[in-house]
Amino acid sequence: MISKESIIASLNNVGPNTLYELSKRLILLIPASFDYVAPRTLDEGVKFLEKQGDDAKVLAGGHSLIPLLRFRLASPKYLVDINRIVGLEYIRESDGYLHIGSLTRYADVEASQLIQSKYQVLSDAAGHIADPLVRNMGTVGGNICHSDPANDLPATMLALGASMVALGSSGERVIPAEQFFVDTFQTALKLTELLKEIRVPVPSAHTGSAYMKLERRVGDFPIVGVAAQVKLNAQGICENVGLGLTAAGPKALKPKGAEASLRGKKPGEKEIREAANLAAQDAQPVSDLRGPAEYKREMIRVLTVRALQRALERARGGT
Amino acid sequence: MNMSRHHISVTVNGNKREADVDSRTLLVHFIRETLGLTGTHIGCDTSNCGACTVILDGKAVKSCTILAVQAEGKEMLTVEGLAKDGKLHPVQEGFWEKHGLQCGFCTPGMLMTSYWLLQKNPNPTEEEIRRGISGNLCRCTGYVKIVEAVQYAAQKMRQPEAPVPAR
Repeated sequence: MISKESIIASLNNVGPNTLYELSKRLILLIPASFDYVAPRTLDEGVKFLEKQGDDAKVLAGGHSLIPLLRFRLASPKYLVDINRIVGLEYIRESDGYLHIGSLTRYADVEASQLIQSKYQVLSDAAGHIADPLVRNMGTVGGNICHSDPANDLPATMLALGASMVALGSSGERVIPAEQFFVDTFQTALKLTELLKEIRVPVPSAHTGSAYMKLERRVGDFPIVGVAAQVKLNAQGICENVGLGLTAAGPKALKPKGAEASLRGKKPGEKEIREAANLAAQDAQPVSDLRGPAEYKREMIRVLTVRALQRALERARGGT
Repeated sequence: MNMSRHHISVTVNGNKREADVDSRTLLVHFIRETLGLTGTHIGCDTSNCGACTVILDGKAVKSCTILAVQAEGKEMLTVEGLAKDGKLHPVQEGFWEKHGLQCGFCTPGMLMTSYWLLQKNPNPTEEEIRRGISGNLCRCTGYVKIVEAVQYAAQKMRQPEAPVPAR
């Protein structure tokens, strides 16, 4: 699904009145004509993009792209459906990483015992994207490549310190999440590249994570969301912290000051509050239908506290 | 090669159906207009309401947000395929017995999602039912009777031989 507001907000410098005018002009239609191709292998897909990448859009789960086509906000010449590529849906641990195939559906992430036990922030987030029917189609790769600041997985990947493996005609390229999200609807992925998989470092012992999201109603885009991962040492000192903010700016944000403030400390109430204040300061929320910027900033503070608390409980062995 | 028209073959409610479609034809329009199966409804058209829910290769999906060409080679179940030999499917029977509808617009989608939910989880709790149907919007019932209908169906499907309670 796409949020009209996020599209409109991405257009430069739109004031509230322009915003209203634009929202009236978004009319649902049948997509403009396009040519559809369905490669059977990654190689075939990359070869096609190499030739036609400038005029092509990649179709994964389609629950953002097809509405965009229907609103005629996108009218590519070619649609490259990667759903027929075999072997792009997987969740496995090897070589110190969790590997998630880019075409893996949210529903499979949500149901994965491995992810529930060690990557809770990911199952928290994936299990609350839109609704169960959308989760049957929507893909991890699509969520990330769309780079909608209101999507839940970009912030999750920032908190987890994940990397994206892009495949182009000259081979693979590994892009850290921090460099991957460039701007609203913009990633570091080239038009000639396909996202092959997402790699998340396997967490060591005493690591816990959580995702907290505030919605107006079930299945809606978040007002704001916060992803957190905390790694403790045997003495309960914070060795590493990863945070990510959803719907808090033009793209998913990594509040580095907040992360740094917890490192080397024993995280108590005061330290958590301090980190949450810093995260809220780093946020750049905008006022829209989901609330005024000040309210969102405050909610980022509150959710950062809660996400850190839950992550810490899990790091200490709770669930 | 023309890539804007495609010949597709889809198994619909057990029958193989073939047609030529445009790349841009949406699955819900193919179902309603090409196949003439108008039980599948169009509500919001933006993957919010779930009125267009069908089962595609075993998964409940929103057919307004899938291209017809994506269904090539797949098996699809629409609301017309639920009843067998003039006998309502337990899910349909549940909605009938428990009055799980008022205007009926959301009902085909609700039936398909309930069918899928019970395939996955034959004994859902009330919370699991509510979470399971959270992608299907009903503006009449307040969901209470829909949840009861799914509970009825779940019980019926677990005990297929049990006598049907008197109306």
